[in-house]
Amino acid sequence: MNIALNLALILLLLALAFWTVVARETFAAVAGFVSYGLLLTLAWVALSAVDVALTEAAIGAGLTGALLIGAASRLRKTEAAARAERPGPATRVLAAIVATAVAAAIAACVLLLPDPAPTLAPEVARNIASTGVGNPITAVLMSFRAMDTLLEAIVLLFGLLGIWSLGSDRYWGGRPGLAPVAEPNGILAYMARVLPPIGIVVGIYILWVGADYPGGKFQGGTVLAAMWLLLMMSGLLDAPAVSQRWVRLALIAGPAAFILVGLLGVFVANAFLAYPEGLAKPLIIVIEVALLPSLAVTLTLLLIGPPQRAGSPP
Amino acid sequence: MKIAADIFTIVAILTGGFFFLAGTVGLLRFPDTLTRLHALTKADNLGLGLVVLGLAPQTGSVLAGLKMILVWLLVLLASATVSQLIARSARRHGPHP
Repeated sequence: MNIALNLALILLLLALAFWTVVARETFAAVAGFVSYGLLLTLAWVALSAVDVALTEAAIGAGLTGALLIGAASRLRKTEAAARAERPGPATRVLAAIVATAVAAAIAACVLLLPDPAPTLAPEVARNIASTGVGNPITAVLMSFRAMDTLLEAIVLLFGLLGIWSLGSDRYWGGRPGLAPVAEPNGILAYMARVLPPIGIVVGIYILWVGADYPGGKFQGGTVLAAMWLLLMMSGLLDAPAVSQRWVRLALIAGPAAFILVGLLGVFVANAFLAYPEGLAKPLIIVIEVALLPSLAVTLTLLLIGPPQRAGSPP
Repeated sequence: MKIAADIFTIVAILTGGFFFLAGTVGLLRFPDTLTRLHALTKADNLGLGLVVLGLAPQTGSVLAGLKMILVWLLVLLASATVSQLIARSARRHGPHP
């Protein structure tokens, strides 16, 4: 029974991936990609990788899906022209060769892995007690490989800077997105009044529970970002001008706290990002709590795009 | 008691599965956006609700059962809102009002 379910899941995943690649319409491809991400979430759950499943649902399907839907609606005007353009046979053959070579290289890497695959899992299980957290994924992300997590948070900031730099000079530092069209009795405004209180609790809960169970700041931050986006989309709240001081402070607070804790490690524990004996868990919580609002603000601003209007209300 | 709970689970989930099937058939067969939305709400509301109700006795803890019911309520809210939005958009832009 289980094998039949897994086989059905694999076939559906492959079919959806194929559909996403061959769909001619951008919006259809995006719809395929989002469903693919949600099914992939089920696959991760079937593999007992609940942390990865949560991240895939929140960031892979949800956030990336929303970004792609935004891109598809922006491309709608030029889509007919783009589709009418057919690349020459040489270009297409070359693209096919390159794509096949990349796929073959990835397949070879996966198939040629030594069996059993090299793993650090026993090492993590042996040393997890020293971090004070119960969830091995959190222990890896926040202690054993804290550097990767720090760089991830900083990369998101760079991504945001890249998006801001796409705005025109005139509106530099202004408000992103279109001016809100207030429809105070609309159904979306109703949803935006009911859902955020629940969403904020869920987001903070996901962060808090991440110490011992699947969850963490990225997933929680995505939920908070979704709530803020809902408020902006419903017109109840305007997007902040990106030059505002609190926006800038919120963006850098998390990574700055992370770096400060890392520097503390240099003086107290003799290595950057090393935690002093017995203080690992409190410091991890400090970093996670500091990163949550920063990530929520970063992800929200990533989604609403470059500044398009003057900062002060007309 | 255990057997009664199991029978309840099986019946509720099968009924929920039937509503999902009916909703999917409707989505594929109905002629326009509004009727297709109507078919989908059956899957979301009744189908998922029955599956959640059926699974509740199997969780072993009240808290887990309540969490699942909360998930169902959130799906109800989201699907009702999204259906409204899609229906309005279809009425405004669709080929057949």
